[in-house]
Amino acid sequence: MTETLRQRTDLITLHDVGFGYDRRPVLDGVTLRLRAGTFTGVVGPSGSGKTSLLRILLRTVHPQRGRVSIKPGLRVAYVPQLETVNWNFPVTVAECVLMSRSQGMRWPWASTSERVEAHETLDRLGIADLAGRHIRELSGGQQQRMFLARALLRRPELMLLDEPTSGVDVKTRHEVLHLLGELNEDGLSIVLTTHDLNGVAAHLPHLVALRTRVIAEGHPDEVIRTDILEATFGANMEVLAHAGMPIVVEGHHRHARPA
Amino acid sequence: MSSIWASFLEPFAYQFFVKGLLVATMAGLLCGLLGVYITLRGMSYIGHGLSHAVFGGFAASSVISFNYYLGAGIWGLASALAINRVSRSRRIGADAAIGVITTASFALGIALLSLYGNKGPSFDAALFGSIIGVADTDVWVVAGVTAFTLIVVLGRYRALLFSTFDPEVADVSGVRVARTDALLMLVLSLAILATLNIIGVTLVAATLVIPAVVARMLTDSFSRMLWISSIIGAAAGFIGMNLSYHLNVPSGTMIVLVDAAAFCLVLMVTGGRSLRGSARLDEHVDPLLVTPKPIPSRNAR
Repeated sequence: MTETLRQRTDLITLHDVGFGYDRRPVLDGVTLRLRAGTFTGVVGPSGSGKTSLLRILLRTVHPQRGRVSIKPGLRVAYVPQLETVNWNFPVTVAECVLMSRSQGMRWPWASTSERVEAHETLDRLGIADLAGRHIRELSGGQQQRMFLARALLRRPELMLLDEPTSGVDVKTRHEVLHLLGELNEDGLSIVLTTHDLNGVAAHLPHLVALRTRVIAEGHPDEVIRTDILEATFGANMEVLAHAGMPIVVEGHHRHARPA
Repeated sequence: MSSIWASFLEPFAYQFFVKGLLVATMAGLLCGLLGVYITLRGMSYIGHGLSHAVFGGFAASSVISFNYYLGAGIWGLASALAINRVSRSRRIGADAAIGVITTASFALGIALLSLYGNKGPSFDAALFGSIIGVADTDVWVVAGVTAFTLIVVLGRYRALLFSTFDPEVADVSGVRVARTDALLMLVLSLAILATLNIIGVTLVAATLVIPAVVARMLTDSFSRMLWISSIIGAAAGFIGMNLSYHLNVPSGTMIVLVDAAAFCLVLMVTGGRSLRGSARLDEHVDPLLVTPKPIPSRNAR
């Protein structure tokens, strides 16, 4: 399939989707197309509906209004936030990665082909030598790579990541973004949520600004703009340009001055 | 030396003891195996709760002269599924769900007994476990439940592991988490029901939790934890039953004390290091419910 054709395929389409909890709308009138080969970042403040959007894409919840069209047989993988994982759980890196092969009745032990595939995936992500380690012994970047390996072992067409750089240092954030960029170049479609505008969102090829509804969508130059960010985050924000990249800074407070 | 050996072998001449020993060893293995899943899922007290819930079914079966195993089993399974359902609804935690459902069931059991009296088997044995109360049927029931549990754990090993480690991701990765949870609750209810006579309502929780905690202190591998916990549980059942006979103390009590001794021994040998593994043993956070950090804006008011 040529690059052009691959880009044209719609993986998931949301049309006028509405969703809420306890009659409180979380998503309202959301229309979105996720195409094959794209790399999309969803930005928005807490409670803007990012998590609910992920849940709808993962099909763990169903919208209360609107329509969701999913490409038949679409394989989706999910990478959770590092901060939500029980790192004391007694599993090694290899055991964790092989969890991807848990569907249906299987032998408890991994087959030779499963071991080879897991090793190749870990090797591709540069952590094959850590396969026997307990998951607690990994650094933040290595932990993220382990979950990427587990997701990749599902051979997904679309990978969804929930705040993949939350709670990691700058170096790890660069590593993760670089790695995701490589996977996207290899044809994997990616959607991630982030609250980090400068460190993550500005580096992605496509952004969706979400606040219950889609405020804006497009290239970072089209989304990381003062008016759109203020409408999305409800706060004063200024956008500066540096070396061809937008940089978001907080706007000035208007403090009451003593008379 | 020979007198000690003779004293050790003496109870083996009695059929009731051999049957009790068999049942206690299998019960220990069964509880040790299932305890790994229970403790890692943050449901350590489900054993305590379910045994009380089964007691409600026990009383209800007695009142209506219904088969004890069937009545209490159905009751226990219904309670287990209700606990699982309520705790997964996220609004109420597993601990609160266990507290509400099982104590209500236990209270209902007591109320039924007060109103209609006990027409069934001994409740003392059900509360504290009894070496004498083991019948041929009990041996076959425990053997059957143990075999069924081993088949479930072997056949659904990976699904059980994934849904215990991260149910949300397991669910979106093609694992039928709800079905796997229901299966685990089924074998747990059956295990509690089958072992109730030998271990007792009040002590089943300890035989589920202690071997698993000791195993976690000794290993960082899930598969090894299953082996170690099962072996400790079986050994505690065997040793506890022997001590129960020689010291004339209820069997459940001695089995739990042997489990507790194993915990103390491992703690002494490994020092505080081993506790690191069992700390936050059951910590689970719903990955899709964690509130993302807000943008640090001084202007956001």
